[in-house]
Order: sequence, then structure tokens, then C-alpha cells
Amino acid sequence: MNQEAIRDKLISRFGQESIVGTVPFRDQITVTVVKEKIREVCLFLRDDPDLDFSFLSFVGGVDRYPDKPRFEVVYQLYSLKHNHRFRVKTMLEEPEKGMPTVDSVTDIWPTANWHERETAEMYGMVFSGHPDPRKLLLPDHWDCHPLRKDFPIEGTDADTPELPKGGKTEVLSS
Amino acid sequence: MGIERHLNDTVHVTNLEWFVNWARKSSMWPLGFGLACCALEMIATFVSRYDLSRFGMEVARPSPRQADLMIVSGTCSKKMLPAVLRIYEQMTEPKWVIAMGACACTGGIYKNYAVVQGIDRYLPVDVYIPGCPPRPEALLDGILQLHAKVMKEQSIRNPRVHRIKGTRV
Repeated sequence: MNQEAIRDKLISRFGQESIVGTVPFRDQITVTVVKEKIREVCLFLRDDPDLDFSFLSFVGGVDRYPDKPRFEVVYQLYSLKHNHRFRVKTMLEEPEKGMPTVDSVTDIWPTANWHERETAEMYGMVFSGHPDPRKLLLPDHWDCHPLRKDFPIEGTDADTPELPKGGKTEVLSS
Repeated sequence: MGIERHLNDTVHVTNLEWFVNWARKSSMWPLGFGLACCALEMIATFVSRYDLSRFGMEVARPSPRQADLMIVSGTCSKKMLPAVLRIYEQMTEPKWVIAMGACACTGGIYKNYAVVQGIDRYLPVDVYIPGCPPRPEALLDGILQLHAKVMKEQSIRNPRVHRIKGTRV
């Protein structure tokens, strides 16, 4: 199926209230889904025989600071059977307290496990229902989200210390 | 006209310190580990074209307990740092450290939150080798500089203290 047909199929199935935006760019279409519906849309994309997106290429994040809503989660899909690709994303508001939350798709595509762990630690998101919500790449003693736009590129001693506090070694002040 | 002549060239008399230094520098076994792209140049230095075995150093030890020299070959990320320090602690004395490449010396192009800005913030570095990455000739030159440095050490009278900066002995 081509990109327009996939988009039309999604809109006819879920309606304008769930598919809140479509952006065509260079023969690719990006579809924006409300975050409450993302699991439903993903299940449909995987299980519908005409779409059959059996393979999740990646899950990633975008920080659009200072725009609102601030965060995006992007899902890049591929169908091994039909050899077509599609991109779905969802927008997340930054709550006043805590971190933005979106449903995990790990039980739909198991490969989302590590992708979501990386996105979660880099952007400070919570993927609810994730089976293993530990950090993936960053040291365990860091409490920061380096790919957020308001993160200083060189880090700080408080956010990104080289060694855990109370360890055997620490940097000399000289 | 002393004992040298009497023993007829069968025994060599020398300064004990010189002899210890000579033995150390002539069979300085490096630790076989690499951190980043500099490791490839280090591997090229080991194999036949550049042939590190000319200097008694072909035996890259996989165990830190059998190694004398740590070549910090490449970018040391902050997540890797505890492992590097632990390997250094496990090496038996005497031990030496070469910082190979711009990243190990200063952090290099990675002036960011994830990379240690120079391994000399923690380890007592003996020789710095600049380059990105240094060619095998540069590594060989650095190793020969280290050999020259070892030959000048007061290994008996004033043995050096090997420790990670900021720690107590």
C-alpha cells in the first residue's frame, strides 16, 4: 500500500478525533495520534492484514521546547510482508509535576523494550506498562535527561558526576 | 683492571637499579584492552608490520594481574570509568599508564556530559600521545619515551607510589 492509502485506512478506522494530524513531506506521511489511542492504533497497524506492520524499526523521542505540547514519541514501522513503511507519532504535554507518560508498546512489538528504555532515560518520559523500566545507557547514579533541550551539553557536577557519590575515588579540586 | 677482567667476560657487573629498570622496560607487558578507535591503531602496532615484539612487548595480557602497562586507547566515557579504575587497581606494581590519543589525554572533541575530560583526572599518566588517532609510529615513539623514563627511575631507592588520584594509600 502507498502512504496515502495507509493514512486513509487509519482515518476511516479511527476518525479525526483520534488521528489529529497528518503531514506529507517528500512522499512520506507522518500521522499524529492522540496518546490515549496509541496502543489501539499500533495494534491495528500490526494486525490488519493489508497493513501487517510486523516490524518496529525504532521508537524515538523529540523535545520541541519551548513549544507546547513539548514532547513527541515517534514510531517507525515496517512491513516485511508488503515492503512498506509508515511513521506514527504522538504528542505529550509536560505535566507540572513528574514526567510525561505514554503507554508502552512492548507487548505489541517486543523490540520496543530497549528503544523505550533509551527514550525514557534520555527525555525523561514514563512508558507505563513497560516490563523493565530501568536505565539502558546512562550510569545508574545520574538523575538527568541529556537529550532535553534545556540540558547543558557539558553537564554539571551535580547532574552528571563521573563517579557515584561516597565512592572510593573522587576528583581532586586542584 | 678489576673483577671484570678476572671473570673473563662471563659475568656482567652492573648497578642493581639499572638492571632492575632494564628488566622492567625490556619486558613491559601491556594490558590487552581498548576503549575506542585508538585501539585499532594499537592493534596495528602489535601485529607484524610495526611489530611491538621488537621491544619485548608482544604479550598483551588479558589479565590485569599479569600486565605492567595500561594503554588507555581512546575515549573514556563516564560510564566506563569505574571499570577502567578497577582494572588499574587490579594491576600489580610496578605499573605504568599511557594516555593514547586526544580523548584519553583531554577528552578530545567530546566536550560533553558523557566523556571524562582526560584520564589523568584519575590515573597517574606517564606518557601522553596526541593524535586522533595517533599513528602506530606515534604509539611506538610514546612507548620508547616510556622506556627511557623507566630507565631513569630510582626503582630501588625511591620507588614510586602507584595510586588513583584522590585515594589514600
